[in-house]
Amino acid sequence: MNFRLIFSIAKSLLLARWRQTLVAAVGVTFSIAMFVTLLGFMNGLNDMLDSLILNRTPHVRLYNEIKPSENQPVNEVDQYKNSYNFISSVKAGITRQEIYNSGPILQTVKADERVLGATPKLLAQVFYNEGTIDITGVINGIDVEEESRLFNFQEYVTSGDAIDAKNVANSIILGKGLAEILVADIGDVVQVTTAQGERFPLKVVGYFQSGIQEIDKVQSYASIATTQKLLGKPANYMTDIQVKLHDLEQAPVVAREYAQLFKVDAEDIQTANAQFETGSNVRSLISYAVGVTLLIVAGFGIFNILNMMIYEKMDSIAILKATGFSGRDVNLVFLVIAMSIGFFGGMMGLLFGFIFSAIIDSIPFNTSALPTIETYPVNYDLIYYFIGGSFSLITTYFAGFFPARKASKVDPVEIIRGK
Amino acid sequence: MKGRDENMQEVILEARHVNKAFHDPVTVQVLRDITFTINKGEFVSVIGKSGCGKSTLLYILSTMDTDYTGELYIDNELMSGRPDPELARIRNEKIGFVFQFHYLLNEFTVLRNVMLPGLKLGRYSEQEVEHRAMERLKMLGIDQLAKQSAYRISGGEKQRVAIARALINDPHIIMGDEPTGNLDKRNSDIVFNIFKELTEEHNQTLLIVTHDPEFAENTHRIIEMEDGRIIRS
Repeated sequence: MNFRLIFSIAKSLLLARWRQTLVAAVGVTFSIAMFVTLLGFMNGLNDMLDSLILNRTPHVRLYNEIKPSENQPVNEVDQYKNSYNFISSVKAGITRQEIYNSGPILQTVKADERVLGATPKLLAQVFYNEGTIDITGVINGIDVEEESRLFNFQEYVTSGDAIDAKNVANSIILGKGLAEILVADIGDVVQVTTAQGERFPLKVVGYFQSGIQEIDKVQSYASIATTQKLLGKPANYMTDIQVKLHDLEQAPVVAREYAQLFKVDAEDIQTANAQFETGSNVRSLISYAVGVTLLIVAGFGIFNILNMMIYEKMDSIAILKATGFSGRDVNLVFLVIAMSIGFFGGMMGLLFGFIFSAIIDSIPFNTSALPTIETYPVNYDLIYYFIGGSFSLITTYFAGFFPARKASKVDPVEIIRGK
Repeated sequence: MKGRDENMQEVILEARHVNKAFHDPVTVQVLRDITFTINKGEFVSVIGKSGCGKSTLLYILSTMDTDYTGELYIDNELMSGRPDPELARIRNEKIGFVFQFHYLLNEFTVLRNVMLPGLKLGRYSEQEVEHRAMERLKMLGIDQLAKQSAYRISGGEKQRVAIARALINDPHIIMGDEPTGNLDKRNSDIVFNIFKELTEEHNQTLLIVTHDPEFAENTHRIIEMEDGRIIRS
C-alpha cells in the first residue's frame, strides 16, 4: 500500500476545492474552539464556586456533637441487654463541646502522612453590643498562621492584615457585613458579651469578606488565645480540629478512622458539601453535551461536503479505478480527506479555543461578593484540549466513513459509458 | 521488450463463451457466446452498429465489468471470479486504457496524470517513474506540456496524454473505447498514427472499439459484431 501516493492524491483533491475544504475545516475549527472555550470557562467557574466553599472547608472536621448517648444505661445492664427496651423522653446529657485530650489528638493527626496539616478552632457565641442593640454572632478562634496556610484565610481579609489578629492583643477581624452594621472602622474598639455574661472590648484590626453575605454578617475571627481568654478557658481548650488532607478523596475514610480512634465526631467534606459536587457535575455535563452537539453539527457539514465532492469527482474516481486503483485505495483517499479536514480544523480549533479562553481570562470581573477574583475564571486543563482534539478526529472519521464507502463502490463502467 | 518473431503467436487475451445479459427492466441478451483470442503485437479493431455490444464486450475484457458468464484469460491467467483488489492490480499492471472522453484528472499536471498508474504500481522509484513518463510524452511529441494543468490543454493533446498514461507500465494490451470518436480529422489521424507506430515499432498489442470504418480498415484485424455475436473475426 503506497500511502504517500494516497496522501498526495487526497491533497490534490482537497486543494482543488480549497474553498469547500476551508468551509468544512472552519466548521470543525469553530466547534472545537467553542468546545474548549466552553469547557474551560465552565470548569473555571466550577472551580471558583467550589473553592468558595471547599478551599475554606476542612477536609475532615473533628468535634463533639451535642446529642443523646447512643448507649442508654438500661441497655448495658446484663439483665435487660437482650430485651427490647422502650425509653421515652431521651435527652442529651451534659456533654462538653470541648474535644478531650486535644493536644495529643492534634499531634497524632499532624504526624499522619496523609494529612497536609491540622489546626484547632474554637467557636464562641457572643453578642456584639452596638449602643442598646445586641447583635448575635460567632467568633472563630483560629491559629492565624496555620489557617492562612491551609485555608487561605489571608485572602479573605480584604482590609487590614490577617496576622494582626495574632500580633495585636485582644484584636478581632470583623465580617464586612457585621462591620457595616456596627459602623466599626479599623482601629475602633467593639464591645462583645459572651454567653456567660462577660463583657469584653476587642480592637478591630481588619475586615473579612467570604463572598457569602450571610456569613459575613455574623462571623468574625480572632486568634485562638484571645477567644480562650474571652471564654475564660485554658490554653488547650478547643471545640474543633480542622484537618486538611493531601488527597481530598480520602476524606470519608480518614473521617471514619479518626472517629473510631479518638472517639469524637468526624465529618468529611463530601458529606458536608454534597450539593456542591452535584452542581459541578451537572454543569460539566451540560457543557459536554453542548460541545459534543457542536461537533456533530460540524460532522454533518463535512459529510455533506464530502458527498458533494464525490458526485463532482465521479469521473476522477472512475479513472482512478480504471487505471488500477482498487476500491480500498479510493476509500482511503476520501478518508484521508475527511481526517485531514478534521486534523487541521481541530488543531486550529484548539489554538482558537486557547485564544478565546485567554481573552475571557483577561476580562475584568469585579464583584463585591468575590474579593479574590479579578477576571473571569478559566480552567486551562489539558484534558479538554485532548478530548477536543480526539473528538475532532473521531467525528470527521465517521463523517467521512459513508461518503468514502460510497466512493469506493462507484462502478467505473457506469460512469465511463454513461457519458 | 521481448523479441518480436518468437512471440508473434503468444496469446495475450482470450475470451471463451462469454455471455452477458441486462435484467433491468427486461432481460436483454447483450453478448452471446463470444469466443476469440488476441495474439501479442496484433492491432485489432472491433466494429459494429450502436448497441451491438462492442463496448460492453470491451469493458468485460478490461476486467472492470465482472457481471458475465464464461471465461476470460489475460496473459494465460483466468480473470473470471477474482476479487476486486486483485483485478485492480491486474488492470494497473497489464492493461492500458484510452477512452472516448479524455478522462484526465483535472487536479493534476499532465506529467502527474501520466505518472499516477506508475506510482500505484510501485515497481519503480518516483524519479524513475517521472523519467519514464517524460520518455513517453516525448515519444508522443507532447513533452512541452508536461508541467501544464490537465484541463488547460486541447482535446487532441488530452487524448495523447491519455495514451502516454496507458503506456506508463508497459501493459500487455492497450484497450480503447472509440478513442478518436470525439476528435476532429487531424487529431484522429495523429492518434491513429501513434497507435500504428506503437504496434509496428514497439510490438504493442492494441484492441480498439470504433465505429469509424476508415480507422478500422487500416488495422491488422477487424472483429465485427452484430446483435451480441461476432460475425467476422
